[in-house]
Amino acid sequence: MKLLKTYAEKCVRCGACMAACAKAYFKEEDPELSRIRVSDVGNMPNLNVCNQCGACIEVCPTQALERDKNGVVQLRKDKCTSCMMCVGYCPTASMFFNAKKQSQPFKCIACGLCAKACPTGALEIIG
Amino acid sequence: MEKMKLLAQWTYTPKPIHRGYTKEVCLVDLGNRDGKYRFETKTLSDEFVERFTGGRGFGLGLLWEAVNENTKWDDPENEIIISGGPLCGITQYPGAGKCYSVFLSPATKQTYASNAGGYFGPLIKFSGFDSFELRGIADRNVIIFVDGDQGKVEIYESPFSPKDNSYTITDELHDYFSAEDEDRENGKRAISVVSTGQAAAHSYICGMNFSFYDLRRKVARLKQAGRGGGGTVLRHKGVHALVVKKRKVTGVENDPADLATLQQVGIKLHKEIHDYDDVQCKMRKVGTAHLNEVMNDYHLLPVNNYKFGQHPDINNIHSDVYTSLFTQGLPDGCWYGCSLSCAKAADNFELKTGPWKGKKVTVDGPEYETAASLGSVIGIFDPKWTIEANFYADHYGFDTISLGTILAFLAECYELGLINKDHTGGLELTFGNKDAMMEMIHRMAEGTDEFAVAASRGIRYLKDFLSEKYGADRKVMEDIGMEGQGLEVSQYRCQESIAQWGGYFLTLKGPQHDEAWLIFMDMVNKQLPTFEDKAEALYYFPNFRLWFSLVGLCKLPWNDIEPADNHIRYKGIEAAKVPEHVQNYVDIFNAVTGKNITKEDIITQSEKVYNFERVFNLRMGKGTREWHNIPARGLGPVFEDEYMARPDYFDDKLREAGIDPQGLSVKEKIEKLQAHRRAQWEKLVDAVYKRRGWNKNGIPTLETVKRLGIDTPEVVEVLKKHLRPEDEWDN
Repeated sequence: MKLLKTYAEKCVRCGACMAACAKAYFKEEDPELSRIRVSDVGNMPNLNVCNQCGACIEVCPTQALERDKNGVVQLRKDKCTSCMMCVGYCPTASMFFNAKKQSQPFKCIACGLCAKACPTGALEIIG
Repeated sequence: MEKMKLLAQWTYTPKPIHRGYTKEVCLVDLGNRDGKYRFETKTLSDEFVERFTGGRGFGLGLLWEAVNENTKWDDPENEIIISGGPLCGITQYPGAGKCYSVFLSPATKQTYASNAGGYFGPLIKFSGFDSFELRGIADRNVIIFVDGDQGKVEIYESPFSPKDNSYTITDELHDYFSAEDEDRENGKRAISVVSTGQAAAHSYICGMNFSFYDLRRKVARLKQAGRGGGGTVLRHKGVHALVVKKRKVTGVENDPADLATLQQVGIKLHKEIHDYDDVQCKMRKVGTAHLNEVMNDYHLLPVNNYKFGQHPDINNIHSDVYTSLFTQGLPDGCWYGCSLSCAKAADNFELKTGPWKGKKVTVDGPEYETAASLGSVIGIFDPKWTIEANFYADHYGFDTISLGTILAFLAECYELGLINKDHTGGLELTFGNKDAMMEMIHRMAEGTDEFAVAASRGIRYLKDFLSEKYGADRKVMEDIGMEGQGLEVSQYRCQESIAQWGGYFLTLKGPQHDEAWLIFMDMVNKQLPTFEDKAEALYYFPNFRLWFSLVGLCKLPWNDIEPADNHIRYKGIEAAKVPEHVQNYVDIFNAVTGKNITKEDIITQSEKVYNFERVFNLRMGKGTREWHNIPARGLGPVFEDEYMARPDYFDDKLREAGIDPQGLSVKEKIEKLQAHRRAQWEKLVDAVYKRRGWNKNGIPTLETVKRLGIDTPEVVEVLKKHLRPEDEWDN
């Protein structure tokens, strides 16, 4: 299963990953639009990103969430009714949303753009 | 299914929703058995919207204009008006797919408002209509189809026979109207069907089944506007089904003013449900059937026509048993975004009786009410029997609550010798006789047996029928027949809860649990310790709960899940209000409509409609104190075996009332307890009427309607006919 693996100990909190992600999908470098979130927890970096566990697939009423051939959980926007149950039920709080941009939530699809942008090797696509 | 014959067709331009409203009504008039079908769209004025808010309010406002004081439920002028409300159809907050059906009831002969889940409410709104208004009586059986994608309203000749029932009609119409969809499954989920079953041709207790298509099970599911006889009215109009189709739901159809707030508040509740449902109400695993053992623990479970509140076989119907019978792990919401997911179902259930004997079906429910009504209240503690009875009740169109309460009444009449096998068509209708009870349900649906037809018309009808036809003792039947205003009591044994006496019997539409379900607060959570608390609760909660019916929300996510600290931060009646969730409702109402209401405005919006409906019923010849009847069984034990089931408890109740039970016979004790409680009831009625701004006769005063701004000339005219100086309060 393809996913983005994180190495918090290597993270320097530069924000390059969030900027790359937001720019790729929303054409803006706003970290609030990123599908990976870096924050401080007890002065240590915390990297929050989907681990492709699939818990959201079970709760989606319209089967808008499904695994692709690589095992990555994809949100099919045409089937999504913007109910946000997947956000509430994500065990790692890695399903994000921003009403200014779209009604549907968004999540990491393991594209690897952030890993390429990371200067310290704190992110890696595996699987 | 063969191509249906088109009888009439109109086109319209769907009006977009703005801030939760289209302010448009779809009126379909079927004529007066003359085939003169008519369609029109009506625009609601801002003043109408302000006065009635939406949903049930719109239904009542439109029905008021359609009928006069002489209109009967089976007149062509009677209508069924289905309205969602401004929040109906949002997907971001749990429980937002509800709609309300308003009509003159065959059971109560006054207004009724019955709510249902399923997709009809949201989809009819997304098709451009805040209300769907059905008038007239067709010249033949018809199907009415609203195509929200094409902007078309069509009437077809029904291909179904009068003996076809809800699951058949629903399945076939989901299939028929999705035939042209490339993605058939998503085509089916874009459809909702409203139907009833064959029993509605003669019964007064038939409800309407509102469908939604379950993508995972690949079946159409049914949610009921069960109570009050809406299905009976629908069939009487010659309507086999209402169908709406609207593809593509994005979640922002309501054009909310503030989507970000809507999302934040909704996600907060999703997380709360995720974190606490398993340790609170287990709605996601077992739905409302989690209540079975709790009700039994507190002597609130109705057993044998509400005679008793507990039964030794409770473990047979324990929620764990139902959990094992329901398919687990599916998102069982009856509208998108309901993470409470209480619409449980038993799958691959093989029917053992009736016309579909041997067939495997998906059964919606049972919910608590049905687990008790087609269970404990008729002395049956067999979940599989209950599931089968639940299936057939839905299929035939019966309201499971009234059905069970009627059967319980008949079983007690039978055991008391008021009726016998000669009357019942050979059935030994005793408590717990499963075969006889199931056969009775089939006969009540069939409609060929005079006794069974009478039974299908409710307890109030039966009291007349059994006394006039068989000489059954009227007084006994008045004491034990659990109905108020002509509606059967739902499944809580209220006699030990003064608050619930009012919750059931001081209601607008009869004893249902939609209006003031106070029994849990009163008896389990002990949140209403004083008489004043109870009277206040009978003002606040009916008004608060009515608000759900105005805006299109389900009540369950209000207090079947609570913030973890609710009982720490708040005490008593304040805790029962669940203040954090009330604030959620204020926030999402404002987020959708762009208005700026407060929690106090919620009560005012409701109070307008609450009092309007009371005046409406007054206009229909009801709505006064005499119609707020409570049977003796609702107040306490009627027979010695009931008293002797808890002799020490009832002796203590006598002592609390200042009556020494020493030396009294059981019969005397019962008489004194009944007399005491009857006096308490009258005191409660006075206190509640006063708090609601009504006079001694239960009529809203002119001051009350003025305060609420509903003092239109028509309302004032009705009031002036009935308000008498001698009914004014002394102070």
